[in-house]
Amino acid sequence: MTDKPESIKKVSIICASGDIESVYATLIMSNGAVMEGMEANIFFTFWGINAVKKRSMNKIKTAVIGNPAMPIPSILGLIPGLSWLASKAMMWRMNQLDIPPVDEFLEMIQAGGGRVFVCKAAVDMFMVKKEQLWEGVEDIITVGTFYELAAGGQIIFT
Amino acid sequence: MVQKTLAGKNVEVNDEGYMTTPSEWSRDIATALATEIGITLTDKHWEVLEYLRKSFNEGVALSLRKVGNSGIVDIKGLYSLFPGGPLKKSALIAGIPKPASCV
Repeated sequence: MTDKPESIKKVSIICASGDIESVYATLIMSNGAVMEGMEANIFFTFWGINAVKKRSMNKIKTAVIGNPAMPIPSILGLIPGLSWLASKAMMWRMNQLDIPPVDEFLEMIQAGGGRVFVCKAAVDMFMVKKEQLWEGVEDIITVGTFYELAAGGQIIFT
Repeated sequence: MVQKTLAGKNVEVNDEGYMTTPSEWSRDIATALATEIGITLTDKHWEVLEYLRKSFNEGVALSLRKVGNSGIVDIKGLYSLFPGGPLKKSALIAGIPKPASCV
C-alpha cells in the first residue's frame, strides 16, 4: 500500500479580479475548504475588492469583450447591457445550483470559520473607506500580514 | 465495497465508509457511525439526519445551502453539529451517499 499524501490543512486564497469567474472561483474554493474541515483565508486585492464593497458585491459581472471563452463575437460586446445580461444569466444558473450571491456566500464561508481580509494597498489605491466594505471583512491587512496568516498552508491565486 | 458490522448488523459500505444500501440504515446504525467519528447524536442531529434522508429519498441534490435553508439549523449550527464536515459527516451518519456538491 502506498502512503497517502498528507492532507491540506489550510488554504489562503488571493482574489485579484472583480469578475464573476475569479470571485466565484475564490468563493467556491474557500467554501469547499471549510466544508472539508480546512482553515481558509481570503485576501481580496486590486479589482477583487469589488467583491467586498457593499455597493458592488452583488453586482459583479463577466467580461463579454476580450473574453475568448465567451461564445459570442467580441464586437457584440459593444451592445449596451450585454455584459449585464450575460452576468445575469450566469448568476441565475448558479443560483439554481445552490451557488449563492456573493454576500450570502461569504456568510456561508464565515459560518464555517473562513476569514475574509482586504489588501491595504488596494484600499489605499482605490481610496476605499472601511465603511464602504462589507461588515464581514475582518481586517485590512498588508501583504506581510497575509503571508503570516498563510504560514504553513497553501496559497492559491485565482 | 466492504462489509462492516455496525450495531450488531452487517452492512455494506464503500471505501470512504458511506453505506451503499440506504435502506439498511437504522437509528442504531447511525449512532454507531456517529460514535466512530466522535459525534454524540442529539435531538438536533436527528432532525438534520431525518431531513437528509427525506431529501435523498425525494431525489433532491443536497448542498450546504439547502440544509441551511431547511429551517432546521443554520449553516453555523450545522458546522457545530458536524465539525469539519457539515455535509460529508452528516450524510455519512444518515446512511446516504456522499453529496456530490461543491457547495
